[in-house]
Amino acid sequence: MKIREVKQILDAEVLCGNKLLDDEILFAFGSDLMSDVLAFVKGKTLLLTGLNNQQVVRTSEMADLSAIVFVRGKKPGKDVVELAAEKDIVLLLTKYTMYTASGKLYVKGLEGVSID
Amino acid sequence: MEDIRYMFNIEKDDFVRAGEASSKIKNILGQLGMDSGSVRKIAIATYEAEMNIVIHSYGGQIVLEVAPDFIKVTASDRGPGIADVKLAMQEGYSTASEKVREMGFGAGMGLPNMKRCADRFCVHSSEGEGTIIEMEVDLKAGD
Repeated sequence: MKIREVKQILDAEVLCGNKLLDDEILFAFGSDLMSDVLAFVKGKTLLLTGLNNQQVVRTSEMADLSAIVFVRGKKPGKDVVELAAEKDIVLLLTKYTMYTASGKLYVKGLEGVSID
Repeated sequence: MEDIRYMFNIEKDDFVRAGEASSKIKNILGQLGMDSGSVRKIAIATYEAEMNIVIHSYGGQIVLEVAPDFIKVTASDRGPGIADVKLAMQEGYSTASEKVREMGFGAGMGLPNMKRCADRFCVHSSEGEGTIIEMEVDLKAGD
């Protein structure tokens, strides 16, 4: 699924990374715990989170994540957006809750990360 | 090839700069042409170590050493030390404050994540002493 499709499904605003919207996402992971993200996630993965601090971007940078969706309208500050732009991570903002946003993506075929 | 060495100072409670050292290390290794999988493992392990220094210690440093066959990251701090290392290694065990948990940390996965990412991992620590964490990741042939 392209990031552009995620944007459409979640009726999301693009905070940065407009040029990267045609990149492919293979999996999604929803969490507010950064070490859980680091334990289970890698590569072409979309992170859904309600945490909007800088460390969410740092965590995503370390795990090579492609994009972050901030749920429940949790808009991050300018410093967070600037850091993500610098690291080529797409930031999206949706009004939907974590559960609803996850469900909307799941029914369209975006799978979760496998826990092995 | 001579070993390459970099050192980064990490300040206690500095959540603005937290992650910068790990980011720089990730860039350095990427520029050296290392495979992305190894770079990601080192970056994750280093970031967990860096956050531990910021969150739990009085401050410390991270040293990156690049040898021909492996990368070594050493994270050391000035205290207060880990009273029970075995307990600290348990997934889910954390001594993080409420403030830190609100930032998304304190899941108790830091040390287990570091160990999982490294090919060789050891922790030297006791209460009242500084902590030293040594992690090595082997490079794939052709790196």
